Amino acid sequence: MNFTLHIWRQECAQAKGHFETYKIENISPDCSFLEMLDILNEQLISGAPHDTQPSTPNAPIAHPVCFDNDCREGICGMCGLYINGRPHGNDDGITTCQLHMRKFKDGDDIWIEPWRAKAFPVIRDLVVDRSAFDKIIQAGGYISTTTGGVPDANTIPIPKHDADMAMDAASCIGCGACVAACKNASAMLFVGAKVTHLALLPQGQVEAADRVHKMVAKMDELGFGSCTNTYACEAECPKGIKRQSIARLNRQWIGSLLGRDGR
Amino acid sequence: MLDPKIPSGPLAEKWTQYKASQKLVNPANKRKLNIIVVGTGLAGASAAASLGALGFNVDIFCIQDSPRRAHSIAAQGGINAAKNYQNDGDSVERLFRDTVKGGDYRAREANVYRLAEVSGAIIDQCVAQGVPFARDYGGLLDNRSFGGAQVSRTFYAKGQTGQQLLLGAYGALSREIARGRVTLHTRREMMDLVVMDGRARGIIVRNLVTGDLERYAAHAVVLATGGYGNLYYLSTNAMNSNGSAAWVCHRKGAAFANPCYVQIHPTCIPVHGDYQSKLTLMSESLRNDGRIWVPKKKEDAEAIRVGKLKANDIAEDDRDYYLERRYPAFGNLVPRDVASRAAKERCDAGYGVGTGYAVYLDFADAIRRMGKEAIEEKYGNLFQMYQKITDENPYETPMMIYPAIHYTMGGLWVDYELQTTIPGLFAAGEANFSDHGANRLGASALMQGLADGYFVLPYTLQNYLADQISVAKPSVTAPEFDEAEAAVRQRMDRFMEIGKALGKGQTTSLHTVDDFHKRLGKIMWEYCGMARNSESLTTAKRLVKELEDDFWKSVFVPGNANEMNPELEKACRLEDYFELAQLVIDDAQHREESCGGHFRTEHQTADGETLRDDEHFMYVAVWEYQGHGQPETMEKEPLVYEHIKIANRNYK
Repeated sequence: MNFTLHIWRQECAQAKGHFETYKIENISPDCSFLEMLDILNEQLISGAPHDTQPSTPNAPIAHPVCFDNDCREGICGMCGLYINGRPHGNDDGITTCQLHMRKFKDGDDIWIEPWRAKAFPVIRDLVVDRSAFDKIIQAGGYISTTTGGVPDANTIPIPKHDADMAMDAASCIGCGACVAACKNASAMLFVGAKVTHLALLPQGQVEAADRVHKMVAKMDELGFGSCTNTYACEAECPKGIKRQSIARLNRQWIGSLLGRDGR
Repeated sequence: MLDPKIPSGPLAEKWTQYKASQKLVNPANKRKLNIIVVGTGLAGASAAASLGALGFNVDIFCIQDSPRRAHSIAAQGGINAAKNYQNDGDSVERLFRDTVKGGDYRAREANVYRLAEVSGAIIDQCVAQGVPFARDYGGLLDNRSFGGAQVSRTFYAKGQTGQQLLLGAYGALSREIARGRVTLHTRREMMDLVVMDGRARGIIVRNLVTGDLERYAAHAVVLATGGYGNLYYLSTNAMNSNGSAAWVCHRKGAAFANPCYVQIHPTCIPVHGDYQSKLTLMSESLRNDGRIWVPKKKEDAEAIRVGKLKANDIAEDDRDYYLERRYPAFGNLVPRDVASRAAKERCDAGYGVGTGYAVYLDFADAIRRMGKEAIEEKYGNLFQMYQKITDENPYETPMMIYPAIHYTMGGLWVDYELQTTIPGLFAAGEANFSDHGANRLGASALMQGLADGYFVLPYTLQNYLADQISVAKPSVTAPEFDEAEAAVRQRMDRFMEIGKALGKGQTTSLHTVDDFHKRLGKIMWEYCGMARNSESLTTAKRLVKELEDDFWKSVFVPGNANEMNPELEKACRLEDYFELAQLVIDDAQHREESCGGHFRTEHQTADGETLRDDEHFMYVAVWEYQGHGQPETMEKEPLVYEHIKIANRNYK
């Protein structure tokens, strides 16, 4: 299969980015999207000027395309490309690394961009800084336990239904597709997933009110937008996190206000 | 002389005795001590969280953009623990015995017993953190079976157990980061260890965003950087998983144990093309319900390979469920090394399907017995993953699988305290060699990573640090730091120079790092993979040496060292793999027996099982670095089995 790639190139956070066009040929339909980019990079390296010089503003960048990736099996959340206008490309329930070229038509033009969000600044080319997600979790997205001194695992039975729902919410991989898909760059689905996961478990109840407050405040502080209920996040989430997580987040947040005032 | 520092006394009391008599550090002194943890997988995150909570100052490093992305996240099937919640005969003793037997009697008894002993506390800890393990309708924890065990002791969270355990540890780590006890450094790669007066005192890291080299000092360094499976290029490891952090420590004097013990996982999606970047694992848990088979008749296998027949066309009587046939007691749940070799044996004999290097993993029986919904609930995400990659529906047609490199039992040699031969340098999780012998059982890597981090290092590290309370934090301007940083800079400059020289001379054609890595992987897989012999290893050694020479002549790294440069990162790792590959080969050559994942074709029984030589090889091979291109020297740590009765590993 042959493709024309339009790839966002940007040397660093401060530099101005632009689209660069590349032709790529003889790609197997069984090849994954990232393997296709590997092949492109191999070609760029082989054709690169051997004596490396600083590139002039308008000269084509021969440096291979930088893109984040790691596990290549859809679980680490490292990869994330905006492909033809969709986070993780044109398939449902997958990350970029699980997208295969058979999902495209021979001769297609493919537009590849990084996540676009104020809270995720571009580092280089398609690589963005998602450390804002870590900061939100650090604000309270955990149950405070110190190693040792905890009760036996079977001391508190948890209804299977609750455990299963908690598991579904906990399967978030923190890739940021929800933020990238949202016109407001809101992180409500990400935060909602963590709040839901912990709020559904008895162990998470103790800190629930405090948690939701701190996480939401941190999310606002870091420049993520507000939710206007378009659910683009749900449509693009590779792990099928439901918008009900956002509803539960809101309920927890309002409840925390009441609970705090009432105490 | 190697001292494994195994405490005296009866096996079951060693750890209790150790804890009762070890040295402690009081809270005021803990605040004065600094610890570096490299890696944020299960071992690293759990260690850093626990040490931070104790009051030490911890710096933690990872190469990804977030600690939540370490490759522990990809573990699918589960974590073992001797809880005996199923009342099916499990106990600490049973888990200990299964693990030693699974490792083909090449693991250290005391370490394995301690692992089994703390396994239950890991599950308690994870549940307290909110890990959503699978539960039954009564709300209690559910279990399933894994290879090498006849009890159900594996706890799981769908097919994403590693993810959930890592997120639990990541949560605990995040809490300590918020409390200021742990400082997080992301997108940093460890480039060297700094040794002062014979002790590990710091590290040099490369900032992967800016390319800057940075210095960090501490009273002790914990290495939790995983294994070296990517030496084989194609493996189930993540793209950035690498052996370099451990290898630079080896160069600085940390001994490396049993490098030839490499685990090959039987159930991975087969190789399909030259452009392929990695292999995807299909969880061992699938062998609970899936049945592995190939056609009984060669002509059927041939017809399948050319597309004339499909799996479902083969009549029940014409299928060879070879694991059930050869190992009736354990059936499809034999340990990984046994299952992998059996698949290779059938494919080599001409019964393979697909490209010829694949066997079927069939769920038709299970779907008939339990219904599609039940299978979907248990394995839904794995089936979806398979379908996305292969474009085939495993609910209707059997999966095709083949063995692939998965885990490395070998690693930095550590004593009972998980301390390497460099005082102050500790190694945890897959990065050390300690618990799995010559073969690791399924669902035991998660157990070991968390055991080391939550329940072993917080004790043993204190024992070391108790003597360091009057030592000031080392200065990063010390000459040892200058030297280490200069050496790293020199290493990187060497790569940049090759490119420039090539540009001027134009005499040789250039090759990319991946091109060399793929060739190295093929050599290792072909000659030092699932089956090895003296001749193949000699060939491997020669080919690796030739390839390494070629590498230094014509590898091309574009860009500069002072910028984000993934090609340079890969080049540095591959440089280390060349040395590591030769040690793996030497170790495999010297170990003239078959055990666990190390199968020497000269040493097998009449029916193709591993043949150990306990008289000559019941030891840990501990290698010491002697300089580039020099053969390493080997010391032996004898394995003394006081408690367990040595037997032939029999799964029939």
